[in-house]
Amino acid sequence: MTYHSISQMIVFFLVAGLSAPLVGRYLAWIYEGKDTAVERGTYRYLGIDPDSEMTWKTYGQTLLASNALCFLIGFMVLWFQGSLPFNPRHLPSLSAPVAFNTAASFVTNTNWQAYAGEAQLSNLSQMISITFLMFVGAATGFSALMAILRGFVRSRGATVGNFWKDFFRFLYRAFLPACALMALILVEQGVPQTLKEIRTLHPVDGGTQTLVLGPVAALESVKNLGTNGGGFYNANAAHPFENPTPLANMIEMFGMLTFTFSLPFLFGRLLKRSRQALAFFAVIWILYAGGYGLMQYSEQSIAPAIASMGVGSPVSEAMTPGNMEGKETRFGITQTSLFSNTTIAATTGAVDAAMDSLNPIGIGVALFHMFLNEEPGGKGVGFAGFLKEAVLAIFLAGLMVGRTPEFLGKKIEPREVKLAMLSSLVTPVLVLGLTGLALLLPAGKAGIDNPGPHGFSEVLYGYASGNANNGSAMGGLAASSPFYAVSIGIEMLFGRYLPLLPLLALAGSLVRKPIHPRTAGTFETDGFLFVVLMLGFMVVVTALTFLPAMTLGPIVEHMFMRTGGAF
Amino acid sequence: MVMGTFIGREIILPATKRAFQMLKPRFLAKNPVMFVVEVGSLITTLIMFRDGATHDPDFSFTAGITAWLWLTLLFANFSEALAEAQGKAQAASLRSSRQDLVARLLEGETSRFVPGDQLRKGDLIRIVAGEMVPGDGEIEKGAASLDESAITGESAPVIREAGGDRTGVTAGTKVLAGEVTVRISTDPGHTFIDRMIGLVEGATRQKSPNEIALTILLVGLTLIFLIVVASLPAMASYSGSPQSPTVLIALLVCLIPTTIAGLLPAIGIAGIFRAFKANVVAKSGKAIEVAGDVDVLLLDKTGTITFGNRQAFGFHPALNVTERALAEAAWISSLSDETPEGKSIAELSRNRFSFGDPPADCSYVPYTPQLRMSGVDSKTKSVRKGASDAIETFVGSPLPEDVSRIIAEIGNSGGTPLVVAENRTVLGVVHLKDIVKPGLPERFRRLRKMGIQSIMITGDNPLTAAAIAKEAGLDDFFAQARPEEKMNLIRKEQEKGRLVAMSGDGTNDAPSLAQADVALVMNSGTQVAKEAGNMVDLDSDPTKVIGVVEIGKQLLITRGALTTFSVANDVAKYFAILPAMFVAAYPSLSALNVMHLATPKSAVMSAIIFNAVIIPLLIPLALRGVRYRPIGATRLLAVNLLVYGVGGIIAPFVGIKLIDMGLSALHAF
Amino acid sequence: MKLLSVSAKFALFLVLLCGIGYPVLMTGVAQVLFPIPANGSLIVKNGVPVASSLIGQNFTRKDEFHPRPSATPGPDGNGSVPYDAAFSSPSNLGPTTKSYLSGVKQAVDQYRSENHLSSGETVPDDAVTASGSGLDPDIGLDNAMYQVRRIAAERKIPKETLKRLVRETATPPQFGFLGPWRVNVVKLNLALDLLSATAIRPHGG
Repeated sequence: MTYHSISQMIVFFLVAGLSAPLVGRYLAWIYEGKDTAVERGTYRYLGIDPDSEMTWKTYGQTLLASNALCFLIGFMVLWFQGSLPFNPRHLPSLSAPVAFNTAASFVTNTNWQAYAGEAQLSNLSQMISITFLMFVGAATGFSALMAILRGFVRSRGATVGNFWKDFFRFLYRAFLPACALMALILVEQGVPQTLKEIRTLHPVDGGTQTLVLGPVAALESVKNLGTNGGGFYNANAAHPFENPTPLANMIEMFGMLTFTFSLPFLFGRLLKRSRQALAFFAVIWILYAGGYGLMQYSEQSIAPAIASMGVGSPVSEAMTPGNMEGKETRFGITQTSLFSNTTIAATTGAVDAAMDSLNPIGIGVALFHMFLNEEPGGKGVGFAGFLKEAVLAIFLAGLMVGRTPEFLGKKIEPREVKLAMLSSLVTPVLVLGLTGLALLLPAGKAGIDNPGPHGFSEVLYGYASGNANNGSAMGGLAASSPFYAVSIGIEMLFGRYLPLLPLLALAGSLVRKPIHPRTAGTFETDGFLFVVLMLGFMVVVTALTFLPAMTLGPIVEHMFMRTGGAF
Repeated sequence: MVMGTFIGREIILPATKRAFQMLKPRFLAKNPVMFVVEVGSLITTLIMFRDGATHDPDFSFTAGITAWLWLTLLFANFSEALAEAQGKAQAASLRSSRQDLVARLLEGETSRFVPGDQLRKGDLIRIVAGEMVPGDGEIEKGAASLDESAITGESAPVIREAGGDRTGVTAGTKVLAGEVTVRISTDPGHTFIDRMIGLVEGATRQKSPNEIALTILLVGLTLIFLIVVASLPAMASYSGSPQSPTVLIALLVCLIPTTIAGLLPAIGIAGIFRAFKANVVAKSGKAIEVAGDVDVLLLDKTGTITFGNRQAFGFHPALNVTERALAEAAWISSLSDETPEGKSIAELSRNRFSFGDPPADCSYVPYTPQLRMSGVDSKTKSVRKGASDAIETFVGSPLPEDVSRIIAEIGNSGGTPLVVAENRTVLGVVHLKDIVKPGLPERFRRLRKMGIQSIMITGDNPLTAAAIAKEAGLDDFFAQARPEEKMNLIRKEQEKGRLVAMSGDGTNDAPSLAQADVALVMNSGTQVAKEAGNMVDLDSDPTKVIGVVEIGKQLLITRGALTTFSVANDVAKYFAILPAMFVAAYPSLSALNVMHLATPKSAVMSAIIFNAVIIPLLIPLALRGVRYRPIGATRLLAVNLLVYGVGGIIAPFVGIKLIDMGLSALHAF
Repeated sequence: MKLLSVSAKFALFLVLLCGIGYPVLMTGVAQVLFPIPANGSLIVKNGVPVASSLIGQNFTRKDEFHPRPSATPGPDGNGSVPYDAAFSSPSNLGPTTKSYLSGVKQAVDQYRSENHLSSGETVPDDAVTASGSGLDPDIGLDNAMYQVRRIAAERKIPKETLKRLVRETATPPQFGFLGPWRVNVVKLNLALDLLSATAIRPHGG
């Protein structure tokens, strides 16, 4: 790494890291105090009372019902796209499997795209299906997190909050303003924001080039701040119109982390335990930074088979050589590695390079982040999953110090362990089960683009991404084929709501318990040892679950690549 | 308990037999993880028969795997059977002391002899000196000194008497002196000791909530590994490397936490057994575990923290009086004094000075509540000792100033001043003190390091209480407490979210005992108290609670440590089995074979053998329990993580390699 | 059920607010504040939009700078139409795929012969790899400098002049450290045409 790479990394880490506590504090603040006039008006229109608290069951039902109706609208818009107005290019409707997949994808904050962005969607669809669902998915995730956090914060309570109030306070007071601001900054850097859809260019060499334009910046900011990830264009953030400059790249990365890195600090603020927030953040940070280090190392190498052709670049003029397949010149290896690591870790899924062209170690890093799904994870639900891991790790640690385990003063009893385990079962069952299924059936095998272990990784990646509600893909996989559209579509819904419900139930179970005071016999969860415990537990359990699959994919591909082999 | 804890031949043989009996699926289904192993073993057994019938070259491999899978199950069963057998041996020795006892049953005016096991709750019996107590009950009339060595191992006689808090007698003990009428308190087979025997024998043992939670965790992990292995065939064939069911089952059994699942029952039984060894009879495994979580310990003063009665501490003569003169007068006045105070005064004087013979013609004047004095009259003098105002009346004049000062000093320090006078002269003051039992400050310090606060409750005045509390090293005290305030104190602490332990023996303790989270009742106590508590201490030692707390913590630590070890082992097993599975299709994966195992078959076999053999190797640890050291939670966790976590990752690398080398030496596989 | 009716109102409201109101409002503000970037950063010559400064174009003549390979397919998603801005796409090929490696070998050989590279000189990695979008307008400095040899020969312009042109057109890292040095091929070729005495000939002429 050059001085140039290191300085970019340091600046970005500093900005992201230092802003997290501030944003966390702000997010804690937005739930205090009285409703604004706009909020009151909204609640009146909806006909609900924002101060009536819900049990975990009611909260879950409300969340599901509201999401279901949004899903319906999003689906209809895409299924009837051909018949709707404001479609100047007369693009046809999406097929039912793809429309289903897309609506499911965006409402679950996955943003997996089984369609090719600008080639298949009219601007109207981009607005009232895609952008609309992006807001819904992101704000829903955040609300669910608030409910879960209250389970820890409240002592001997019975309720976990009000879904509508959680949703709109976040939307009005944090999400929308931030999106608007970021959108304008991005426009300045070159991201289009217009309602005119087509522009025909007449290059000097002759012929024509057709540009597709639209309200890209508005979508771009929601895409990042909401850790959604669905791009306007097929090439996502590799497209110069979505991501025109290195600064735009940095801003979009920062957007992904804004509301996710801050979550430990939000929690710490609610608990009034700032050291605890630092401990959580340290775990998340180490996994995130470690992933980046590996990703950078991975992409800095050129495959021996290619290097032997005499390909390479001397390190000069602030350029780091490496695997440039599927990457953009203006970002280079360093910013691409930063972006790729960040987007997967934050389960955003937007990409500024082609994941299918990454070196095997890079793919391995991406996969591992998706299996972990919690550092920091996406809008809300990732951090909730992190807390679930903490419940299990502390259960084990509590046993080892001879005391019935307690986390933040709440005793961890059989019911909590059961709910946490239920939530943990979803990822391996969905990812491994579906990957196995796809590799067995001809329909699944037909959708694989690259041969050998790289192709294996394509399938594994697809299901890992769907389950983690990540949304990035190794583009060679035939995502629009009915087999993958339907299987991944269903998986996204299960991958989001199935773990979420036990987590809400966990909150409901925890909220009723008293908070015990600390004694010398309690294992403290805000020190160095806790960080080590969490890292060890998360990494070991995840590795043990996915090592066979990783071996047959990226690990063996890496060994092949090292010797210059190919399939 | 009299018996030792050796694991001798008489325990191993029946345990082995029982291990085989426990292979019945209905029995093993209670342990889901081992049940999965059993299903896997049945499948490989079938494959083995098929391979044998078709003379498949893989036959020896499949047979080897099958054998070791069954051995895994047997080893796990053996650990549980061994723990049970240990407990049963203990119980048997206890039962034998309670058999063949004869009781003198009182029916109205007559009495007749019946066998001890025919006694029922409510029966009235009479026991005289030299006879054995035939059944558990409470003394209604009389007093006796008993030899309880049959149940406590301690042969020093103990006093039990009617009225008050020391009415309980236990079957199997012997009356040394005195005569008592006892009402039987339980039907045969339902005493606490019988219940404990049931727990140790495993028949009535229920899983505690903590054990249930851990089992849920283990089942969850098993399900995860099940899906990992179930999805492998599809992935493997796509990669051009189809796997045999035998290898897949071997992988599954290696991954699921068989080590901890196999040893879990043994750990629980051993915990109860260790409590038994400490002469504590617990009503359930849960009671012992809750003890590990205790935050606050409530202790009585009299009899628990201090010896029952006040003792003479020192002589403070008045001006112009020698200490010897005071001591002699005090000695003389205590010669016929049968109270413990009197005896201690006599002893103190004798220890300090040597006197000749006492005057011949002394007549003893006993203590009365009206006089509030006692003493001795002889021809030449009258000696009295007693409360200051009583002595004042006796000498007929106000006490000298220096004496009053001494009285005040003693009172302020928490002691009791006993003024001594001869004829009309006040000789001085004897300082009586509550003596704190030795060794207590270190015990409370140990408790404090474990995070447990010790609080004393007493009816004494605050000054005396403060002095005692300071001397004993307690964290806090509660003075001038009435019995009902004890229960309020417990409730207040519980509302703060803390768990409270207390020891008691009397019927008036029963409400507090019921309220406390851990209630240790003296075996000498009343039946009502025993019903209210959740543990009975056969030694009737109120500070026994400390030991129970440690056993409770040990139980949890052992579970946690072995779980961590079990899961950490999986890392090395992957490095053994994954290359073995796929190196045929992908030769470059041999780089993963970090242990340089000889062949794929020997690699898998070594892993399976390690997985099986680790169970009996850890049996002693499971039975003994991981040592608990009160070094603070964070340090303890660091140590245990290092030993069982990191150690659990490293150990199988060494173990599997050694086994593999052994297999190569034998030219197997 | 009350929950369903509230949810329906909720969904409709958000469609209006987030799906229509927010993008339309942002469009209005952006068009006022930043009209050129908001409309695609178009480069206009003689009143005709000839390019976007952000979107690459496919230059193939021997006397102009070549961009990076582009894997954009035709409108139906198959085939190859480089720099088709209506369907951005990468190649999605991995480093252990034979067809990918042979494609790279071809590109390497062609670059070497076109630009007269000696056997000791390494081909820049961006010259033989397809970009992530297929519309990458930039190439690396080394890539541009190698191509100078070919263009100097074709257009009969001294190499030093061309090298100076490249350096002047190149974009430095933003704020001195963000991103690498890069050269926008569209802008470079437009500047090249200005520089060159040769008149612009229509394609094919």
